[in-house]
Amino acid sequence: MPFKRFVEIGRVALVNYGEDYGKLVVIVDVIDQNRALVDAPDMVRSQMNFKRLQLTDIKIDIKRVPKKKTLIAAMEAADVKNKWENSSWGRKLIVQKRRASLNDFDRFKLMLAKIKKAGVVRQELAKLKKETTA
Amino acid sequence: MAPKRRTSRVTRNPELIRGVRKHSRSQMYHKRGLWAIKAKNGGKFPHHEKKAAVAEAVAEKVSKFYPADDVKKPLSNNRKHKPTKLRASITPGTVLIILTGRFKGKRVVFLKQLSSGLLLVTGPFKINGVPIRRVNQAYVIATSTKVDISEVNADKFDDKYFAKQVEKKKKKGESEFFEAEKEDKSSLPVEKKDDQKAVDAALVKAIEGVPDLKVYLGARFSLKSGMKPHELVF
Repeated sequence: MPFKRFVEIGRVALVNYGEDYGKLVVIVDVIDQNRALVDAPDMVRSQMNFKRLQLTDIKIDIKRVPKKKTLIAAMEAADVKNKWENSSWGRKLIVQKRRASLNDFDRFKLMLAKIKKAGVVRQELAKLKKETTA
Repeated sequence: MAPKRRTSRVTRNPELIRGVRKHSRSQMYHKRGLWAIKAKNGGKFPHHEKKAAVAEAVAEKVSKFYPADDVKKPLSNNRKHKPTKLRASITPGTVLIILTGRFKGKRVVFLKQLSSGLLLVTGPFKINGVPIRRVNQAYVIATSTKVDISEVNADKFDDKYFAKQVEKKKKKGESEFFEAEKEDKSSLPVEKKDDQKAVDAALVKAIEGVPDLKVYLGARFSLKSGMKPHELVF
């Protein structure tokens, strides 16, 4: 299978280990075989091992090590935030976060809603079954 | 005019060593008498009110009897306990989950903290069968759900309200022995039932205003498969 996501300047990656866990960062330079220089609008530009990064599909158009302003402008132009939040990976993360932050009352309301939905589905199923057997 | 005779002034605050004077800032404040300035004290010098002479207590007559050996006096202990510090997450109207006792798992409304440190809590009784009760803060999970408790008056409840009723012991005669076996169970006095109703009336109205809250309070909490308590947000 050919690789589709490459480490390149402008590749957006997700940090999956360490202090910046869960952040979207842009690879702005490659230091050596194992490390990249990485930058995001809300963090100080720093080096990170590739093992801490998960590459995403999103790529932006920047030159090697851009200034913070240029980086932010490029991210706006490529609309990274919206692309991420609409991608299936990004949506899954959002749902996970929401589920983790549920209150005890929220979990109760969720349970009631699930039971209600299952009841409605079962009714429809029973109707359909009757139609096919009839 | 005759020249003023100046007495050679000794400094109030001599230097002990270079950079170090004898008296501190607050000591100098007192030495200079800045505390007694008339302008500060409303035009006159500050003074203590004259204390009324305390009447001497009548000396107790020492009894002729004293024990043969020296009796040790226990050390005096004047410590007064403060009520347990209330967790910041517990405020009046918070829904709590009781963890122990016969009401374990019940979700209950917090009213106030009593002077003993225990929490005053009610079901409400109509919703989940928990009466007005005291509960220890340590055996409770505080959720972040709050109920509007402004209409509820919990002032009449304190620790004395919950003290056990002491019944006078009746001397049993031989003949009454078998009859006395069937003592009637003490049922709750009517006042306590009325107190419960009074507190719950306002509370239930506030609860019914929030959708699903009544069902929520009626259900018990339990850990299901996959729930990790250290990761749950309450």
